[in-house]
Amino acid sequence: MAEKVNHKPYARAVTSEWIFRHPRYVRYMVREFSCLFIGGWTLLMVWGLKQLAAGPDAWAAFLELLRSPASIVFHVLALAFAAYHSVTWFNLTPKALPLQRGEAFVPDAAIAGAHFGVWAALSLAMLYLAGAF
Amino acid sequence: MAVSNKPLVWGPFAAGGTLTAFLAPALILLMLLAALGHTPDLLAYDRLHAFMGHWLAKLAVAGTVFLALWSAAHRLRITCYDLGIRADTVVATIVYAGALAGTGAAVLYLTRI
Repeated sequence: MAEKVNHKPYARAVTSEWIFRHPRYVRYMVREFSCLFIGGWTLLMVWGLKQLAAGPDAWAAFLELLRSPASIVFHVLALAFAAYHSVTWFNLTPKALPLQRGEAFVPDAAIAGAHFGVWAALSLAMLYLAGAF
Repeated sequence: MAVSNKPLVWGPFAAGGTLTAFLAPALILLMLLAALGHTPDLLAYDRLHAFMGHWLAKLAVAGTVFLALWSAAHRLRITCYDLGIRADTVVATIVYAGALAGTGAAVLYLTRI
């Protein structure tokens, strides 16, 4: 007796457990999750703009909100994720912007290094101009 | 030939990713300092209100908010797909609409300053 043949196409189950199959996939997901912190923090700043526009009292209330423990924890996490985004983004710049000079390509380390240098200088300048130190 | 909207969504993603890579850590650190009670001078109401009153600052902030929200939205969309959520059109509509709504709100508040 002939066996029944299944003519339906094979549907692979869609799961998210693949993330934990390799440390590289976990790092990839950590990088991608930085969007929640950068996006969430940006929305918090939009709220800050609303409070700034509403006057000195509303702005003081916003600064008070920033000092809550939840906000401090969120800012520490957001800072770590944002820095991880920056490092991974600049490490990819040699792939995204390969530079050729004559026959040879500019070394990867020089392209990424230039970005890291500009990042450091810009960050220090912003912190200084804002009066952080 | 089908018209692709890929460059349209990917362009602001790349620009926003680059901009946030350069700016986000320092800006978040400034707010963290304020959260810890060491408020940077610029965040005093009078100074910040005067600074944000200039049209150039408004333009820069509006542009930065748009690019940061758009790149976060795009990444969130791809992450949802990676996590097994295959309703891409629905996800894309929600996240991009959210980014545009956030930008719209920022522009509205900026005009009131």
